[in-house]
Amino acid sequence: MKRLLPHPGLSAMLLIVWLLMANTITVGGVVLGGIFALILPKFTQPFWPDRPRMRFGRAFLGYLAIVLFDIVVANFQVAWLILFRRNRDLRARWLVVPVDLSTPEAITMLAGTISLTPGTVSSDVSADGRYLLIHALDVADEAAEVARIKSRYEARLQRIFA
Amino acid sequence: MSVIADIAVTILLILGAGFALIGSWGLVRLPSTMERLHGPTKATTLGLGALLIASVVYFQARLGIWTAHELLISLFLFVTAPISANMIAKVHLHRRRTHAAGEPESIAGPPPRPSEAGDWATFEVPIDRPSPTYEGRDIE
Repeated sequence: MKRLLPHPGLSAMLLIVWLLMANTITVGGVVLGGIFALILPKFTQPFWPDRPRMRFGRAFLGYLAIVLFDIVVANFQVAWLILFRRNRDLRARWLVVPVDLSTPEAITMLAGTISLTPGTVSSDVSADGRYLLIHALDVADEAAEVARIKSRYEARLQRIFA
Repeated sequence: MSVIADIAVTILLILGAGFALIGSWGLVRLPSTMERLHGPTKATTLGLGALLIASVVYFQARLGIWTAHELLISLFLFVTAPISANMIAKVHLHRRRTHAAGEPESIAGPPPRPSEAGDWATFEVPIDRPSPTYEGRDIE
């Protein structure tokens, strides 16, 4: 099984994306997508020399739901800031978030999440990979914001990349 | 049924267009590069999301077709948007460090160092993998 499907997550994603591109579910489409989902992970296997184990279970779905919810809520907050806050009253800050995640894939997902949730943009990672540099548009309490990112996103990612 | 769908599509279109407009307005009025980055990256998430849902609802209600291309658009956007924002931020940090002309500083001031020993990846090249573009050039 492992030799046939070296990367089951990638195979599932390829099949789903292929069917979405075709925009219809036909037997031919499923077969062709299935062939790609079988062949492509085999050929690209050398690209992931030590890829992390990911769990696509309840923790992953919960993470997606929380991120989508935060995107909607925070969009309204940033729209409010843009419309009604004067520039000199903006409390823009640089935040340095210490990262406990170890794999590059997990850190990339955390950085991407931070950029997608409005009001924060991840700008850089430290050379040793242990800190993230984040620019926040308006924060009242820097320590609380860092703690929020760590408990809300990083703790959940640690469970997914366990 | 059709009327309800029309109302839903209209509300979603106005919401999406409104967020795109606010994002663009943020790009114009915020003070410097790093703050301006927040405006357009926001419009792409909720603004575009509302427009894409409007598209799904329209095709279903009017033409009776289920479309899924919109899901793919949002998927690709969610993957690419943070990377382009990160690239712009890195260029900004690098241009500030090299005192490039015309690069305004963020109202948050200069970025803090991550720790006593290290620096951000934009400024520091790992010793075992020297980058050829940095050789013989003064970064500070």
